[in-house]
Amino acid sequence: MHQTTYHRASSISEAVKMLKEAEDGKFVAGGQTLIPTMKQRLAAPSDLIDLRHIGELKGIEVAGNTVKIGAGTTHAEVARDAALAKACPALCHLAAHIGDPHVRHMGTLGGSIANNDPAADYPAAVLALAATVHTNKREIAADDFFVDLFETALEDDEIVTAISFAVPEKAGYAKFPNPASRYALTGVFVAKHADGVRAAVTGAGENGVFRAEAIEKALVGAFEASALDGTTVPADGLMSDIHASAEYRANLIVVMAKRAVQAANGG
Amino acid sequence: MAEISMTVNGRKVTGTVEDRTLLVHFLRENLGLTGTHVGCDTSQCGACVVHLDGKAVKSCTMLAAQASGSEVTTIEGLAQGAELHPVQAAFREHHGLQCGFCTPGMIMAAVDMINRHPEGLDEKTVRAELEGNLCRCTGYHNIVKAVLAAAEAMGGKAVKAA
Ligand SMILES: Cc1cc2nc3c(=O)[nH]c(=O)nc-3n(C[C@H](O)[C@H](O)[C@H](O)COP(=O)(O)OP(=O)(O)OC[C@H]3O[C@@H](n4cnc5c(N)ncnc54)[C@H](O)[C@@H]3O)c2cc1C
Ligand code: FES
Ligand code: FES
Repeated sequence: MHQTTYHRASSISEAVKMLKEAEDGKFVAGGQTLIPTMKQRLAAPSDLIDLRHIGELKGIEVAGNTVKIGAGTTHAEVARDAALAKACPALCHLAAHIGDPHVRHMGTLGGSIANNDPAADYPAAVLALAATVHTNKREIAADDFFVDLFETALEDDEIVTAISFAVPEKAGYAKFPNPASRYALTGVFVAKHADGVRAAVTGAGENGVFRAEAIEKALVGAFEASALDGTTVPADGLMSDIHASAEYRANLIVVMAKRAVQAANGG
Repeated sequence: MAEISMTVNGRKVTGTVEDRTLLVHFLRENLGLTGTHVGCDTSQCGACVVHLDGKAVKSCTMLAAQASGSEVTTIEGLAQGAELHPVQAAFREHHGLQCGFCTPGMIMAAVDMINRHPEGLDEKTVRAELEGNLCRCTGYHNIVKAVLAAAEAMGGKAVKAA
């Protein structure tokens, strides 16, 4: 790892100030992506501004029909939150299957979506739930947040503070985990909303997370796994790598979507 | 340089380290607590697992400065004098180790797992929860046995480490 200077922020405004004063600073939350990247010398920020001790970034709130989750909430906290388990169990399930227990104790929702790894789990949920991403500057619709591989609408000094979404009628997530890393080789999050169905795919798209129109259309009439019999997803724009070809991923999208719908329907 | 202080195995420690120093290196090199191992460069093997404020974390994936102000428990902090922690005793009894390289991380992960499952553990859960700990020797079978036996010995109840 290259040299860096560590700072600990105790509020959002202090974190922003610390970043502005740094030459080439970066926020660190759980560090479960950034620290390994720095160890490999693929990132070398001059300064690290630690967000982990900022109370305003933490916590899960379920109020009426709305869920709000602080960006600093860890995967482990999301996985075992009782109120969330009632409102949107699919999100608890998703968080409980990120990496391993040690990663889940540190890694945060905000870090995951800010990083926008094309194989990360949370981006699929945020997009399918039509969530709003709250930052210290504005509110960004999920549809506008994820821009490209490892790229989001965030500015350098912008901090994700929370996400919020309306409780869906039903939601489910299924991923085919890479057997070594547990990242999604392909993962699909489906959500049935009052005004339609959204299905978001991670792990498969060349430009990161995306909505699968064919899946959404097929599910509008009947939100059942069998409604996806015969549905195909084009392989154009999907990743091919040592793990799977684009065609294989195209097929996996349909298989995972069926499993996600089954999970959403309670089994 | 960063001035850091934390409580390690119940003892207050301080140090001056480079900001980029990883927690695992602070433990091993500054404090001489070499029970915590480094088995990979990619945050995947779990040989470095310690407890930070009561939760299992990978000490290779955290700066010592990030841990400043926290309570850290390492494998050296588990036994009460000559008396092994029930998880350590179970690993010995059930041959949960061969070369022993992964063992400190396995045991710290197991203690954390047992603490988080006061209702008790089954084999499927243990295997899923060992996702972050790799072993090149045992084939995991006896590790799983040891964790299950320890969970039972600990009464299926939450027990605080150290
Ligand atoms: C062994 C291993 C297995 C993993 N498996 C999975 C998996 O199966 N699925 C999965 O989805 N992920 C996986 N991860 C990644 C993990 O979920 C990370 O925790 C997550 O991607 C990043 O969150 P973090 O809090 O650790 O962020 P950091 O590593 O601290 O930060 C990541 C990036 O986000 C920025 N950032 C952090 N917080 C904010 C914020 N609030 N506002 C703006 N920018 C911010 C940082 O500047 C940095 O650029 C794995 C990681 C490891 C080490
Ligand atoms: S040394 Fe391998 S995960 Fe920490
Ligand atoms: S006992 Fe040798 S690596 Fe596990």
